[in-house]
Amino acid sequence: MALLQISEPGMSPAPHQRRLAVGIDLGTTHSLVAAVRSGTAEVLRDADGHALLPSVVRYLPGGEVNIGREALRALASDPHNTVASVKRFMGRGGQEFSAERTGYDIVNGDGMLRLRTVQGEVSPVEVSAQILAKLRQLAEDVLGDDLVGAVITVPAYFDDAQRQATKDAARLAGLNVLRLLNEPTAAAIAYGLDHAAEGIYAVYDLGGGTFDISILRLAKGVFEVVATGGDTALGGDDFDSAIVDWLYQEHSLDSLTAVERRSLQVAARQARERLTDAPTAELLFEAGGRQVTATLDHQHFAELGRPLVQRTLATVRRALRDADLSIDDVQGVVMVGGATRMPLIREAVGGIFGREPLIDLDPDEVVALGAAMQANLLAGNTAPGEDWLLLDVIPLSLGLETMGGLVEKVIARNTTIPVARAQEFTTFKDGQTAMAIHVVQGERELVADCRSLARFELRDIPPMVAGAARIEVTFQVDADGLLSVTAREQSSGAEASIQVKPSYGLSDDEVTRMLSDGMCSAEADMKARALREQQVEARRLVEAIRAALAADGDLLDAGERNAVDSALAELARLAEGDDADLIRERIESVSAATDSFAARRMDRSIRAALRGRNLDELA
Amino acid sequence: MNVTTEASPPVRLDQDYFALFGLPHRFQQDRGTIDQVWRELQAKVHPDRYAAGSPTERRIAMQWASRVNEAHRVLRSPLFRARYLCELAGHPVQAENNTAMAPAFLMQQLEWREAIEVARQSGDAAAFDLIESELLEARRALVATVTQALDDESRDLPTAVARVREWMFLERLLEDIDVHRP
Repeated sequence: MALLQISEPGMSPAPHQRRLAVGIDLGTTHSLVAAVRSGTAEVLRDADGHALLPSVVRYLPGGEVNIGREALRALASDPHNTVASVKRFMGRGGQEFSAERTGYDIVNGDGMLRLRTVQGEVSPVEVSAQILAKLRQLAEDVLGDDLVGAVITVPAYFDDAQRQATKDAARLAGLNVLRLLNEPTAAAIAYGLDHAAEGIYAVYDLGGGTFDISILRLAKGVFEVVATGGDTALGGDDFDSAIVDWLYQEHSLDSLTAVERRSLQVAARQARERLTDAPTAELLFEAGGRQVTATLDHQHFAELGRPLVQRTLATVRRALRDADLSIDDVQGVVMVGGATRMPLIREAVGGIFGREPLIDLDPDEVVALGAAMQANLLAGNTAPGEDWLLLDVIPLSLGLETMGGLVEKVIARNTTIPVARAQEFTTFKDGQTAMAIHVVQGERELVADCRSLARFELRDIPPMVAGAARIEVTFQVDADGLLSVTAREQSSGAEASIQVKPSYGLSDDEVTRMLSDGMCSAEADMKARALREQQVEARRLVEAIRAALAADGDLLDAGERNAVDSALAELARLAEGDDADLIRERIESVSAATDSFAARRMDRSIRAALRGRNLDELA
Repeated sequence: MNVTTEASPPVRLDQDYFALFGLPHRFQQDRGTIDQVWRELQAKVHPDRYAAGSPTERRIAMQWASRVNEAHRVLRSPLFRARYLCELAGHPVQAENNTAMAPAFLMQQLEWREAIEVARQSGDAAAFDLIESELLEARRALVATVTQALDDESRDLPTAVARVREWMFLERLLEDIDVHRP
């Protein structure tokens, strides 16, 4: 007879309570989902055995949507309705891309970029949500149950708007986002845990459309990002474009049709991939109605790609400078992303670091595997002692516009998150009663050279002489790297705050409407799903608080304890019923009622951390 | 052995950074210890620890983790640490509003600035090295004075504040050198 297993309260749930959580790598070229099963992270495969889902969505007349391989086949033949590399458009405005270069029918106008398709205008967030929903479906099919949440990876160099867009896409796809995780950090987790690596490591991550370099300090149980750098508009796609540009010149191509342009890109991609193993690659494509052939050899391709490679190496050097480290401090360089298969990349990276890059983990899978491990940890499935701590940073400085279009930096790049920082500002004119707050992100000194994240107004400032008002602006960046800003006039208490909703994002209302429209949901009954989510959330809360009570119940006096116990009992009872709104209300009130208990627990926890250290020193 | 249990002071969000890290209110600190305490505290308060917790726990964890990170940023940097100690002692450095400087230091500062400009125009790496070594030497002297002014039993806060202000100028010059060095 097997022995009964008893887990420590609140720590490792019994197997049947194991919460299913997945890691999703939402990539430019392809996306994949992974999960920890029987203690090991593995990628999940569809019925045909494929792990990689091409990040391609095709909109067909009549409302049907193809996602993945099937859509990929129509990439060249149906260019306007078949969207690839949509990650490049996330959190971006319509004016930033030309239809000529992208081959899409981009809607002109302010705000978030939109593409015109046979099913009307679609936003990059919606296209990404289709891909995520497909992966969620795959995960639920393979794992056989609903997911409690997902860790979604983003390029480390994604700014606030791009992160927010990714989170919105996940919400649209019906996913509970446990954390947005930086791709190189995810790779470092997978690599570090696999190899018990310690010391300074660099992760060089060149994907289809984005480049990241992260420098990490790995120690037992701690993954600390020291510095990160990158370019969210540089990836394998750009090497394809370099080939396309060469062909344009070489064969005096112009006025190609959309279909021809797309097939040229496809041919360039295939040639680049062939050059990984072969010395030369043939290109065959149609241009202006005629068949064209061309030959590209490895050396010529290396020349075409050199400026791009140099850009990545300059970024590597800057990240090392930011980390206050030299090349010699780096113990290993982990290669991530399909584009690092290119021999010219491996040679260049090996050259700058003076050591062979580490390529023993599949560069296509390592990010999703690391994300799955983190998802498993965040869902509470990891036993104490086998867990780890992740300390990540923001990639770009955050600041405010001040007089003269200058940027006052409030939080510098490479600051460890979460972080909160307050700064005081004052009025410019006598009797000024309102102040426009313009939040920007970037390293440059002029507002015009930085990315505008959001604008809002603080009103009802009491009239005073110029310079007398004291307006405190607080930036809070959470563990997902997302910013919220609060402004408060100190003497009157007038307050204005926003969760930064980027200029190129969806409003909360839009997300809610899209959700209720049932977009991305295969299930007809959204109401049933909403109820189930509330029930799961209620049970989760009851379980979390009971675990807390078991560990630290002595922090409450008898009266407080009774109140909490009866509130929990009632919530547990409601969770068995079918009133979703009532459950939601009660979740909020129970949560609010345990505020001071949670604060006292945190106190005790910190005291314990300091005490442990004092004892060590005494010993 | 649990001798220190009752003796350990209550920990609160509004506590100063030294108390939060369990360190004495001194300028001289061991960077290794500061980093070590930072990781130990984050291991307890980081939001990832409470991802399965209630919304309240998640919010409080974010506040604490933010506070611990901010404390680490200030404590690990000798300059920020010195400024912070002055502030705690009721002598804020107020660098933005108060630019009064000893005339000798101002002269010296102007000379350095000119030297950097000349080196920048000629692109002379050796000239940059020379200015840098002078600045580093000047900084060593300032730090020694600040250490004494803050850590000696008879604290001399006005001196500490004045030297910290000069130190901030030196850091800016050192940054300029980094930016312009060929």
